[in-house]
Amino acid sequence: MTTTLTEQASATTLLRFATAGSVDDGKSTLVGRLLHDSKSVLTDQLEAVERASLSRGQEAPDLALLTDGLRAEREQGITIDVAYRYFATPKRRFILADTPGHVQYTRNMVTGASTAELAVVLVDARNGVVEQTRRHAAVAALLRVPHVVLAVNKMDLVDYAEPVFAAIAEEFTAYAASLGVPEITAIPISALAGDNVVEPSAHMDWYGGPTVLEHLETVPVSHDLTGCHARLPVQYVIRPQSAEHPDYRGYAGQIAAGTFRVGEEVTVLPSGRTSRIAGIDLLGTAVDLAWTPQSVTLLLDDDIDISRGDLIVPSGDAPATTQDIEATVCHVADRPLSVGQRVLLKHTTRTVKAIVKDIPSRLTLDDLSQHPAPGQLVANDIGRVVVRTAEPLALDAYADSRRTGSFLLIDPADGTTLTAGMAGAAFTDGTATPDKAPAAAADDEGWDF
Amino acid sequence: MTTTVAAVTEGTDAPYALSHLDSLESEAVHIFREVAGEFERPVILFSGGKDSIVMLHLALKAFAPAPVPFTLLHVDTGHNFPEVLEYRDRTVARHGLRLHIASVQEYIDAGKLRERPDGTRNPLQTVPLTEKIQAERFDAVFGGGRRDEEKARAKERVFSLRDEFSQWDPRRQRPELWQLYNGRHAPGEHVRVFPLSNWTELDVWQYIAREGIELPEIYFAHEREVFRRAGMWLTAGEWGGPKESEPVEKRLVRYRTVGDMSCTGAVDSDATTLDAVITEIAASRLTERGATRADDKMSEAAMEDRKREGYF
Repeated sequence: MTTTLTEQASATTLLRFATAGSVDDGKSTLVGRLLHDSKSVLTDQLEAVERASLSRGQEAPDLALLTDGLRAEREQGITIDVAYRYFATPKRRFILADTPGHVQYTRNMVTGASTAELAVVLVDARNGVVEQTRRHAAVAALLRVPHVVLAVNKMDLVDYAEPVFAAIAEEFTAYAASLGVPEITAIPISALAGDNVVEPSAHMDWYGGPTVLEHLETVPVSHDLTGCHARLPVQYVIRPQSAEHPDYRGYAGQIAAGTFRVGEEVTVLPSGRTSRIAGIDLLGTAVDLAWTPQSVTLLLDDDIDISRGDLIVPSGDAPATTQDIEATVCHVADRPLSVGQRVLLKHTTRTVKAIVKDIPSRLTLDDLSQHPAPGQLVANDIGRVVVRTAEPLALDAYADSRRTGSFLLIDPADGTTLTAGMAGAAFTDGTATPDKAPAAAADDEGWDF
Repeated sequence: MTTTVAAVTEGTDAPYALSHLDSLESEAVHIFREVAGEFERPVILFSGGKDSIVMLHLALKAFAPAPVPFTLLHVDTGHNFPEVLEYRDRTVARHGLRLHIASVQEYIDAGKLRERPDGTRNPLQTVPLTEKIQAERFDAVFGGGRRDEEKARAKERVFSLRDEFSQWDPRRQRPELWQLYNGRHAPGEHVRVFPLSNWTELDVWQYIAREGIELPEIYFAHEREVFRRAGMWLTAGEWGGPKESEPVEKRLVRYRTVGDMSCTGAVDSDATTLDAVITEIAASRLTERGATRADDKMSEAAMEDRKREGYF
């Protein structure tokens, strides 16, 4: 797979994806194999890995070293954070959020999955679907990652047997579908031997699907946005007040969901004032239509008072504003979150004071069981919280819109990010099991990718 | 058993698709606007190198037709390429920007910093930079660092918190979720912001080509008197080279990165146009720093140590 200028320089799309799996599942080997076989590991990086492997007394270059950056990890031989890796093929540019799969690091997978359009979940073919696999599936479902790939690894250790793969794929697909994951692709691989990672396997002619890389290259990254709720959080008001532009007043922001068109009537929240889109400035080019995630500047017909933190939406498709937020959260800080705690809540471009009114339940990801009234959440806990804000916020349900349904809770004392929140109903009633239909019918409609 | 997708080979002509450059550009602009909305005194580190040039270009686009609401800061090692300084000054003048300079030479002359035996001044930049940040009370400092550059950077945040000594503590870095950047900091602390976090070297070059951005000439092939040291072609100059044992020769070279003359090596090249440079890079089997930056090779943990001290 050589990359020539003509192939590389032509406009390609960008896919952000995340990996989940433990060291034992061979995740580092899979990532190393993807980078290595797609010719993304450069000579000096490989030499550095070879040198480091030799100095530790390892005989073969340890591809896991490609993704382990910090000294503490090198000394302990573990990965303790999210590492971002970059590679490209002639078809697509990739940003990989490589997250450790160990139980303590739920928050890292949540972080990596928050911006991912696809998640690769690894299992060991010898062990099949284990608790950790279910946890990874639950995080992908919770974060609304649109595409999930199950990579059944170490097929070489089960004699490349199709029934082994088929049973694991069936069990996982049923479980993930019950959580509302809309699209699951199972691929039998051997990361160590290279089967079905980049090159098709010679040992598994019973498998007719794509390799991992082929799937990454072809999975859709753009979607039909008609019917999505359009949302533009205002980041900044551009007012040159120059001789050349005496009256220019533009509302700059990144479209968080849907599309905006010149001539559309819009409502500004929380004030409720209305106007019409007079123009859309796409970084120096006037356009009639713009869509997520483009950064734009909107010009309106009327001179109304709009500032950072406001939300521009199509009139007739406005979210309700509320000061009482119910959400599923992942606690990401080392200090706990307690009932009664005063926090700051950051939602899109708006940060407001808030208080944690209640923590109704904590969720165990292994079996999705609920533990009522835990009183507090500690690092890596997933739970439900009820928050009261000092000012009304225009929130969507996270199920409808990842960007306008998500928020952070921040410690006002030192700015620490405490909690990652997803507004709206719980994604499971806590009793979902592989053989039971999900509580809420999982419909793909309204998913904002 | 498996839910398969119809294999669609997506061009960027699909409805509502963005090219990879458009995605990266949109993200960087979003980052610039976030900082403008949330910080009092942001500054862009501007060296006249290609990454800082792309940063400035993105900032100009983010706020047009209004001027960029940030000033610029250059940490001048005193060993900069004259072509780059000339480009820096011309750019600042053209856009009517304000440039702060933190000078390593001034610190050496005042006895506050000591020249290293190897003549390398890159590690000496940390003190002038952090003292300038304190003196000017900058609360957000944009750097052109990319996560693909070096392993220790792969885990760097887009918003990277620094304490009042500019130190970077990996345990105090905040998880970054969705597009929600948390820039809260105590007085005296500041945030380093990396709008090009998700760009690769090739992305930067492709963007320069697409946008028609002008670069200092030393990025293109030219004849230059160089000598070999530590496996790199270095430019002869007052900074401390060559030694008697290092013969000078005339070669056709270009620079892939622009830094202190004492530790920035040139590569043999006949690429005189952007297209030729991109072709060369796409085919290259060496990462940008591995080929041309001596200071990153110091040790496996060199960059991590320096970041803790406040280096960018």
